Amino acid sequence: MSGMNNQGRPTGVGELGEAGRKTFTGNRGLAQEELLIFERDSGACGVDFDEPEAFEDRLGGNRRSTPVGLPGLSEPDVMRHYVRLSQKNYAIDAGLYPLGSCTMKHNPRLNEKIARLPGFADVHPLQPTKTTQGALELIELVAHWLKVLTGMPAVAMSPKAGAHGELCGMMAIHAALEARGEGKTRTRVLVPESAHGTNPATAALLGYKVDSIPATEDGRVDVAAFKEKLGPDVAAIMLTNPNTCGLFEKDIKEIADALHAVGGYFYCDGANFNAIVGRVRPGDLGVDAMHINLHKTFSTPHGGGGPGAGPVVLSDALAPFAPLPWIVERNGRLKFAEVPEQVEEVGGKAFGRMTAFHGQMGMFVRAAAYMMSHGSDGLRQAAEDAVLSANYVLASLKDTMSAPFEGPCMHEALFDDRFLKDTGVETLDFAKAMIDEGYHPMTMYFPLVVHGAMLVEPTESESKASLDLFIDTLADLAKSAKQGDVDRFSGAPYLAPMRRLDETQAARKPILTWSPPAPAQAAE
Amino acid sequence: MRYLPLTEPDRQAMLGRIGAGSIDDLFVDVPEEARRDGLVDLPTRKGELEVERLLGALAAKNTPAGSVPFFVGGGAYKHHVPATVDHLIQRSEFLTAYTPYQPEISQGTLQYLFEFQTQVAMLTGMDVANASMYDGSTACGEAVLMAHRITRKKKAVLSGALHPHYRAVVENLSEFAGYEVDPGAPVIDGTEDIISRIDDETSCVVVQNPDFFGNVRDLRAIADAAHAKKALLIVAFTEVVSLGLITPPGEMGADIVVGEGQSIGNALNFGGPYVGLFAAKQKYVRQMPGRLCGETVDAEGKRGFVLTLSTREQHIRREKATSNICTNSGLCCLAFTIHLSLLGEEGFGRLARINHANAVKLADQLQAIDGVDVVTPTFFNEFTIRTPKNARDLIDEMADKGVLAGVRVSRLWPGENALDDLVVVASTEINTENDRAAFGAALKEVLS
Amino acid sequence: MSTVKFTEEHEWVLVEGDVATIGISNYAQEQLGDVVFVELPDVGKELAKGDEAAVVESVKAASEVYAPVSGEIVEINGVLDETPAKVNEDAQGDGWFVKMKLSDASELNELMDEAAYATFTAGLD
Repeated sequence: MSGMNNQGRPTGVGELGEAGRKTFTGNRGLAQEELLIFERDSGACGVDFDEPEAFEDRLGGNRRSTPVGLPGLSEPDVMRHYVRLSQKNYAIDAGLYPLGSCTMKHNPRLNEKIARLPGFADVHPLQPTKTTQGALELIELVAHWLKVLTGMPAVAMSPKAGAHGELCGMMAIHAALEARGEGKTRTRVLVPESAHGTNPATAALLGYKVDSIPATEDGRVDVAAFKEKLGPDVAAIMLTNPNTCGLFEKDIKEIADALHAVGGYFYCDGANFNAIVGRVRPGDLGVDAMHINLHKTFSTPHGGGGPGAGPVVLSDALAPFAPLPWIVERNGRLKFAEVPEQVEEVGGKAFGRMTAFHGQMGMFVRAAAYMMSHGSDGLRQAAEDAVLSANYVLASLKDTMSAPFEGPCMHEALFDDRFLKDTGVETLDFAKAMIDEGYHPMTMYFPLVVHGAMLVEPTESESKASLDLFIDTLADLAKSAKQGDVDRFSGAPYLAPMRRLDETQAARKPILTWSPPAPAQAAE
Repeated sequence: MRYLPLTEPDRQAMLGRIGAGSIDDLFVDVPEEARRDGLVDLPTRKGELEVERLLGALAAKNTPAGSVPFFVGGGAYKHHVPATVDHLIQRSEFLTAYTPYQPEISQGTLQYLFEFQTQVAMLTGMDVANASMYDGSTACGEAVLMAHRITRKKKAVLSGALHPHYRAVVENLSEFAGYEVDPGAPVIDGTEDIISRIDDETSCVVVQNPDFFGNVRDLRAIADAAHAKKALLIVAFTEVVSLGLITPPGEMGADIVVGEGQSIGNALNFGGPYVGLFAAKQKYVRQMPGRLCGETVDAEGKRGFVLTLSTREQHIRREKATSNICTNSGLCCLAFTIHLSLLGEEGFGRLARINHANAVKLADQLQAIDGVDVVTPTFFNEFTIRTPKNARDLIDEMADKGVLAGVRVSRLWPGENALDDLVVVASTEINTENDRAAFGAALKEVLS
Repeated sequence: MSTVKFTEEHEWVLVEGDVATIGISNYAQEQLGDVVFVELPDVGKELAKGDEAAVVESVKAASEVYAPVSGEIVEINGVLDETPAKVNEDAQGDGWFVKMKLSDASELNELMDEAAYATFTAGLD
């Protein structure tokens, strides 16, 4: 034979050594440890600027004389630092997040591309409006879509997040009541027990007394109890629909009518709007104000915690009180009405201002790209697929796990911890074991109305294969727990970048900033 | 539809397992009268190409700041953001990650939040900072509420040179619970006397530095006066780069510091999303709103980070929460911290000096023009000019000549005739000799 | 002889003369988990029975502690500032929260004694 390569290397796997071995660096293959940026200070600089020529400053003697204390790194080192950090994060792009209430759907990159067009990204909020007509039109476009989808006549675009939107909606209600002369007499806000914490927090911030409405055995607002709580001192109800148990409030019209009859307003928490987009309009249900989480229903990215956006659709009764600024048309051009007098000119009485400038433009652009891509038909299909997926999960697991409410559910399926009774495994442990299986845990211990709650929202972005694997995994975990395999759960996660962290220590002795280490003592 | 993975056979199989005949069976709880069978009156789906064309057309109708000589500030500033920043924040693991409530699989987010908090504390000279707020204005509003909680008093005394939007946010939040706001009158040259307005009822004094018009001041006397009346000093800023060159509020006795971080890492974005910075003295940490990230160890003794002191927040305290906040500024916060890491001590200081140098050059050049007066004796990268012309016309005509000259004060203070001839002009590292020349030339023409 | 009394909200009161030491019960600290912070009232504050006297925080929960009797706060437990864990270690001893000067000793009659409280907690969950 000729042409043989006798430099051959073994290609079988032979005997592999133990995978749990210690390494010199502490790294484990691609899983790399990474110090704090302050600990990587090399005195280098990651930007190139020329020092300006000497000049006399105009600082009035207030020149900074102390260093800031920032570390210096070159660009390659900065890149490595953050890439390594990123590798320790779970993400939608990597796997399913079954987080009930959060709506972790796919974040299209088209949204990112459009948001970065200079005509959207590189315009200043205070440029003369004749140089930003396209931006104003975009805001109006998103506003239009939100109004048509919700069946509401007006929308306040400026709130910066869902909770901010709640504040806005409730402030509009407060202003409307004041205008009616009832600002002082209407002091009570009704909130279901199952509500998200932001609801009572918002009401309390505005000085309202929060009155809790119990749920019925079928997981919905107890209408009779609600009616008993009605009176001339009720300002509003804050209702989530579909509710936080993932169920549609079937008596919602009755509730709205009864509330309106005593002169109260209906605030709807729109966190779950994604379940009904294109099929049901909150305006048809008697809603007066509803915030919409663009980062939930309309796919703007969660970004590790933000930014969000929470525009608020408003009924005719509340529309005049929408906060500054408004967008108005004059002589064929769009302008901002950004001070009270300008709003009064168009018949409004804004309650005030929620934020500087006019809202989360970057998120409007992303939402616009999403809305236009889906269209009225795609949005309706997305809502249907979300509901279908959640019901598929519920139907598949309600016997292996335990579900407090018989289906059908809407876009999220609620389980409780009855199936874990006497197993020695708690909801928390069950969730941490999911991490070892490659899943982010579902929402836990919320809503509070059910014990050891597990709220699963798969969203419309999951394929059937993905859903099937998820279902099979949870079934396997449930079986394991019932068989007494406590070990799988009690120390979980075993395989994540970190084990369970000591949150008690973090809260007892909070260390919230890095400090330079004390100088080393002289060697003994 | 390209974002929806389920196929018709999938849907049928799923309905089969559920035991439903059609998707309508799952919407059975919707009241009859609210059911919509047809599609809502909006366009149907579009492919990427079409969406790009339609939205691109809207974008093309705007004048990007980078395409003309640009001097607009007034609370948001154009700076150069290095390419690395935007690249990193688009990594899947940052862009599409959730809030780090499961710390074992969110150390990336948690570690950068911890680093961000440290950077903000360093910049402001304070003990502790949170993991960001929505923006500077809402941070300012929250700071006032925090001061009321701490002092148990209800009156906020605001500098008249505070950004009017920040003032409006404070006033809006103060409509409730019997809070009072003394808003002050605008003083444009930095000689405002706020000390005489502080009394025993005062809960906090809010001062912006550099102020809206540009003035840079020593706030120590104000801090002392506030503390003497058992009130807190809240210092706000809209241009975080200033902290590279002026005395930080923490060294002047501030109790709480709030500000806008947009200048570092974040584009102008027509007003949002931005990133609110919030820092305070250690003793007030439990009264702070917003998320906090803390250091701890895991079960194997390895250092790690978690969200902590959550009991302040809405998901635990509900109606007793320090605020109703749920989100922070996540990705904007990441962009800030990456950019600041690239700048480092040397780069950040130099950036600040370049900004100030450019502003000084421009101010001197404009002062030399007949009729133009720079009315702020001190400034960082933004100053105020008075001209013989009405500012509204001036800005308008400058724009027609292709120069975005600044913010007319009357836009934010309508109805104050004394301010009608004032323009606030910003100058950052992006301005060149040509930009300054264009400004001067256009201004001369407009004033002639 | 024990004069410790308990409320249904899991506070305990131990009276010596006209001063009452108040804290949360061992059952309560178990339910709460690791205590991380205790917010105590100011010395001198007047409280009516049932008023919010303190807030005890664990990592994931915050609970109000109500005054089991009426009176004036005369001392607060400074140890809890540094070592909130004391509440877990010794809830009914060194983990006390406040001492109050009673204004109406008869209110004690409405409370449960140790045996009754034990029966009460056995009947919960």
